[in-house]
Amino acid sequence: MADPRIALEQVSLHYLSPQGETQALQDVSLAVQPGEFLAIVGPSGSGKSTILSLVAGILQPTSGRVLVDGHPVTGPSRRVGYMLQRDYLFEWRTVRENGLIGPEVQGLDLAAARRRVDQLLEQTGLASFADAYPDQLSGGMRQRAALVRTLAIDPDILLLDEPFSALDFQTRLTLADEIHAILKQSGKTAVLVTHDLSEAIALSDRVIVLSRRPGRIKSVHAIPFDGGQRPTPFEARDRPEYGTYFQRIWQELDVQGR
Amino acid sequence: MWEAYRRRILRQRLLIGGTQLLILAAILLLWEMAADRYWVNPMLTSRPSDVWATLLRLGASGSLQRHLLTTLWETLAGFGAGMGLGLGVAAALWWWPALARVMDPYLVVLNALPKIALGPIFYIWLGDRWSVYGMAIAISIIVTIVMLHSGFGEVEPNQIMVMRTFGASRWQILRKVVLPASLPTLMAALKVNIGLTLVGVIVGEFLSARAGLGYLIIYGGQVFQMELVMTSVVILAAISAVLYLGVTWLERLVARLLHLPMRS
Repeated sequence: MADPRIALEQVSLHYLSPQGETQALQDVSLAVQPGEFLAIVGPSGSGKSTILSLVAGILQPTSGRVLVDGHPVTGPSRRVGYMLQRDYLFEWRTVRENGLIGPEVQGLDLAAARRRVDQLLEQTGLASFADAYPDQLSGGMRQRAALVRTLAIDPDILLLDEPFSALDFQTRLTLADEIHAILKQSGKTAVLVTHDLSEAIALSDRVIVLSRRPGRIKSVHAIPFDGGQRPTPFEARDRPEYGTYFQRIWQELDVQGR
Repeated sequence: MWEAYRRRILRQRLLIGGTQLLILAAILLLWEMAADRYWVNPMLTSRPSDVWATLLRLGASGSLQRHLLTTLWETLAGFGAGMGLGLGVAAALWWWPALARVMDPYLVVLNALPKIALGPIFYIWLGDRWSVYGMAIAISIIVTIVMLHSGFGEVEPNQIMVMRTFGASRWQILRKVVLPASLPTLMAALKVNIGLTLVGVIVGEFLSARAGLGYLIIYGGQVFQMELVMTSVVILAAISAVLYLGVTWLERLVARLLHLPMRS
């Protein structure tokens, strides 16, 4: 079998601070296949976001290895796009210019990047706001613009760090559907970190549950749906399997902290 | 409805402007009368008509232009140099956080020190001509460094994080995020500094210069020509107003061009 797109092998990570040493992750091993959508859930402080920072090359593991396509991650890469909890758009740039920041930083061909950004804006319904500034956009539109910015470098891997948490419920559902459609259509690999279990089940092919700090993998749940074809996140919530998965993983999540 | 509202607003504006002019006229009139009727000694206060005459006389001889341009040039050059050097140092402190921590107590002391006290030192070190620039730069550079460096530190860390996820270099982060995000702070620093630099230049001229409005004021005082002192002060007031308006206009222009939030 070919290399998995992302692999963590026995990864541990310790944070050092003046207050002392904290272990964020302990012996985490996982593999994500190309085109797969993986969700990571766990209580706060379980090191969910730390895993994304490791794959993005912003943090280095204390021990163990992080691999993308079989190669150790040494720093940020063009292959990996990272979407944060909030949009953090640059308010002095238009929506299109915000989308172009990645290609600018990485020295890509700007004419091609511009075409790509415009196409992504079209896809996310932002075409008529290409020349608007972020302060003229609603929360959902801002997060769409952040998605365009992340996808503008055409990464193979998309890391999503609670990208819907700052949005209202309705926007959250529609945006989840949109992101899911774009990713499946382009065959990208995605890792979603969330504390919202319903979102994790609705979006992903597999859910990993992390334990309380230090984060260890507690259980892994495949999320197959009847009929083979994966429903959209919105439809998934209405499927009978959905409730079953929810109940099963909810037990694992240890919400009361026992 | 709206028409009436607009008329009311306009009338209010005219009323305020008219009152402002009236106060100015009253002051000038009272000043003139007080000197005329010896309510005060005109030797000590001069009077508006003498100031006007002095202004015309200085203008005709060309010395008004010479002194005015000297002060203006010293102010603009000192302002530009102070801002430029301050920006450079602030960027260096951002680039090397350890340097910023080492420099912190020195900046605190230098910021608190009344820079005017350094005047004689500049005079001895730089001579009568360059000490004016020294004074102008000294008075504005420290506050520029402190303001800009703290502005750089207030940039949203996650906006920098966005850049890091793209693999941006430190230089790219500075150029594409930290500097544009700090432009409102830079504009605020410009506003503070244009006034401070003028103070520096006038004090510098008091101490050493052979030309400029500060020189004219000191000279007028020494030969007891109050009309010369008063005239210079009036011109100085006009210059500082023009410079301040210029910076305000620049701020608006930059804010509009770069779509920046305005600081009131």
